[in-house]
Amino acid sequence: MGLIDFFEKIEHSEPKTTLGKVGRTAADAVFTFLYSPKGTANDGVHIRDGVDLKRTMFQVMIALQLCLIFGTYNIGHQHFIAMGQYGGFLEGFHLKFFHGLIKILPIFLVVHAVGLGIEILFAAKKGHAVEEGFLVSGPLITLIMPPDISLWMLAVAVAFAVIIGKEAFGGTGMNIWNVALLARVFIFFAYPTTISGDNVWVSGFEQVAAGVTTEYGWAHSLFNILFGWIGLDTFASGGAVVDGFTGATPLALAYQGGWEAVTSVYSTSQMWWGTIPGSIGETSKPLIIFGALFLMLRGIASWRIIVGALLGTFLMGMIMNAWGATPFMTVPWYYHAWMGSMLFAIAFMATDPVTATATNRGKWIYGILIGVIGLIIRILNPAYPEGWMLAILFLNTFSALIDHYVYEGNMKKRLKRA
Amino acid sequence: MRIKSSSFRLLSLSLLLLTSEVISAQSNLTGSNVTTYLLMGLGFVIVAFAVLAMSDNLMQVEAHKMGSDATKNNFSVFPKISEIFGASKPAFVGQAALHNLKQGHDIKLVGKAETDIHTDVRAKTFALKPTNFRGLSPIPRMLVSVGDEVKAGQALFEDKKDNRVKYVSPVSGEVAEIRRGQKRAITAVIILADKEVNHIEFDVPDMASASREDLVNFLLNSGTWTMLNQRPYDVLPDPDIIPANIFISTFDSSPLAPDYAVIADGKKASIQKAVDVLSKLTSGKVYIGLNASGETPSDVFTGITGAELNWFKGAHPAGNVGVQIHHTAPIVGMQKVWTLSVPALIAIGDLFLTGKYNAERIIALTGSEFESPSYIKTFQGANIGDIVNGNLKGDNTRIIAGNVLTGQKTSTESFLNINDSHITAIPEGNKYELFGWMFPVTPRPSVSKTYPNFLFKNHEFEPTTNSHGERRAFVMTGEYQKLLPMDIHLQQLMKAILANDYERMEGLGINELSEEDVAICEFACTSKMPLQKILRQGLEMMREQG
Repeated sequence: MGLIDFFEKIEHSEPKTTLGKVGRTAADAVFTFLYSPKGTANDGVHIRDGVDLKRTMFQVMIALQLCLIFGTYNIGHQHFIAMGQYGGFLEGFHLKFFHGLIKILPIFLVVHAVGLGIEILFAAKKGHAVEEGFLVSGPLITLIMPPDISLWMLAVAVAFAVIIGKEAFGGTGMNIWNVALLARVFIFFAYPTTISGDNVWVSGFEQVAAGVTTEYGWAHSLFNILFGWIGLDTFASGGAVVDGFTGATPLALAYQGGWEAVTSVYSTSQMWWGTIPGSIGETSKPLIIFGALFLMLRGIASWRIIVGALLGTFLMGMIMNAWGATPFMTVPWYYHAWMGSMLFAIAFMATDPVTATATNRGKWIYGILIGVIGLIIRILNPAYPEGWMLAILFLNTFSALIDHYVYEGNMKKRLKRA
Repeated sequence: MRIKSSSFRLLSLSLLLLTSEVISAQSNLTGSNVTTYLLMGLGFVIVAFAVLAMSDNLMQVEAHKMGSDATKNNFSVFPKISEIFGASKPAFVGQAALHNLKQGHDIKLVGKAETDIHTDVRAKTFALKPTNFRGLSPIPRMLVSVGDEVKAGQALFEDKKDNRVKYVSPVSGEVAEIRRGQKRAITAVIILADKEVNHIEFDVPDMASASREDLVNFLLNSGTWTMLNQRPYDVLPDPDIIPANIFISTFDSSPLAPDYAVIADGKKASIQKAVDVLSKLTSGKVYIGLNASGETPSDVFTGITGAELNWFKGAHPAGNVGVQIHHTAPIVGMQKVWTLSVPALIAIGDLFLTGKYNAERIIALTGSEFESPSYIKTFQGANIGDIVNGNLKGDNTRIIAGNVLTGQKTSTESFLNINDSHITAIPEGNKYELFGWMFPVTPRPSVSKTYPNFLFKNHEFEPTTNSHGERRAFVMTGEYQKLLPMDIHLQQLMKAILANDYERMEGLGINELSEEDVAICEFACTSKMPLQKILRQGLEMMREQG
């Protein structure tokens, strides 16, 4: 009971300084994380459901875990593939995994330090408890970044997304746009070269061109010592990108030469299992589908949005196939899911319960429009290699309007009865 | 219906177009082979189907025009999806309308009352509480003072604004105390009961010759009027307003609710009498809601004549009268309707049969904190301590007048409300729980699929009053839509109330709702919103506007 007493003492204290208030808010967040509060239902029902926002958000975190682990490993895998070393997926396992870890950990930590820090500051200022929204935004932002992103850019982007995108609207539950996508779109427009093109998706190289060498830092040396003791292979600086390796994503290839160009570099099974360059978490389709199914079975993600978005994509894909004016348009509609972040965006971004539509009918419309618009941007617009981020933010903007018309319909129906 | 049939037609026609193209292509290429014949056969079937579908649609449109689809029978030759996959109509429903409600959730709890009724539990004091009557001024005009002897059915106080409504004593005895609360508002008039109850004998009007006004005055003078409820807003009915319809639900689907078949056992004559009286008081019909979910219901209810019987199949809140109104004859415009409980129905019937104000009540004592959950026989407004003492397990207990969703937190010093038939006792949950949100140790009721509860449909839970989390802004994952069997966008309605948007509130259907209807949504709410409180705030705003 000592721990509870300690936290209760902090909770009942009344700090005067700002720092003290922030400290108390942070302590309260830790306290409610460790212990479910002892508050009872007092102003209505006498029993409450066992689910709360923490538990809901926690489900999404579970669903993302496999993508996070695979993403970490894939960073290392792509790095060594570029140098023509350890071609097999499991070869050089420890090197690939720890290289990935060295890349992803700083991103993860910076995202959470900045994001949670701002959340706690605002919560202390407004005098309420820290809300759980960022528990999900944090891992999501990590998963949609390229592995070599500059940490200061990341920090600025996260600060922008959390302050302008969320806190300015009143915090979790009030935001209009998906926080994770807002962070990405900020980087996309402020520092476009760091998040698009053929050079950013493989880590450890200035540029993905034949002969460019890699240099390792102190973290790698540290692991080298460890590996040396055990007698494993170590990281060797000076490895160069081999001839014929391209860091281009399937989307960039499809834009130039259609499905033929894509399959000449990547096999469909590679794209399916995810051993291709791309944003950290978007590549492995089975793991994303697993996460989406998990969320749907748990009743967190709306199946209406997911099914609607898939329908919209397939429909638009078929129309594009029928049109067939550019090489990208001829890519078979059923292969669009193999490329880019389509599945990841639909499973984890479109289904955000706060920014999506609230009504069941609205969810269908919202989902289908995301699919249609996302694919239009993907195929028709050369400047934006991936349409989902913009399509979802666009529909986030209009979700209130879609709901508005559903409500108006309901109101009209009621009036007619009279 | 029309949209469905036109899209249907479009689909079948386009299919026909597509397949005919395939047929001609096939026959050009290969001549006569099995595939061609199969495709032609398919084409023929589709054409036949299209013709059938079209004439079927015309028939449905005709039925709609003539207004004969008001019975909600299926006028199409094709069965509806709900008829194929939906639950089959139980045999006892017969030809009456069955409303199959998909939404809702039954919370199963430990502590269901045994069906035998204990008559040996005696309360010494009883009270009539002005706070039970919404709209009554906080300080009514007292007609008795402390020390007076009163009979059952004798008026204790009256409203200063409308002295036609009499608020009468449930039992005979001596006025022991007039309890006052804040600002000297009267909270309870307490009566020390006699051993034997002496009733005032009222002259029962002759049913055949009595006018509506005579019947209303009789109900007002006998005090039985105070058991009626007027919707919207759940207020005491205005004697000047003729209700559009009267609704009675004969079952309570809330957690651990009393079984009205037990309460109404042997009261068939009274109930029929009450329905006869009520049908003279309304300009519309008397609607009786029956339970189609369980076993064959008691013939006390199924045998009622002179009223429209409607069957409801589904989980809680299927037994709520508000939900039943929504599915039978929804309130439109400025209409007012009456609702009443089964005990009130019995009281009205008894009044007309015997001329006495019958305040006798059968109360279900339920919940995991009762040693022996059972039914007891007492009177309206009984002292709670008198009837629960000796039956409770611990002292960290919450006693609730009513069920766990809509009841009122109460104590052993307090008294039952006028329409209570139910007391629940559950343990308080004022304890911390290590990682309770992530890895809960004890099972707890939940609608969410993040718990494996949906695999154990019949498990009886032993919940505490812990709120299992803190209040947050609305972050909804569709719980409300899954639980409220009404065509109402609850989340938006709540936001409209919080934003004082009268037009929206009315448009989104606040007048069709009562606190009990949203209680299950409040239970399941991830963000722990106090929906009943918000709704009441909105209803009061609407009531002030008139």
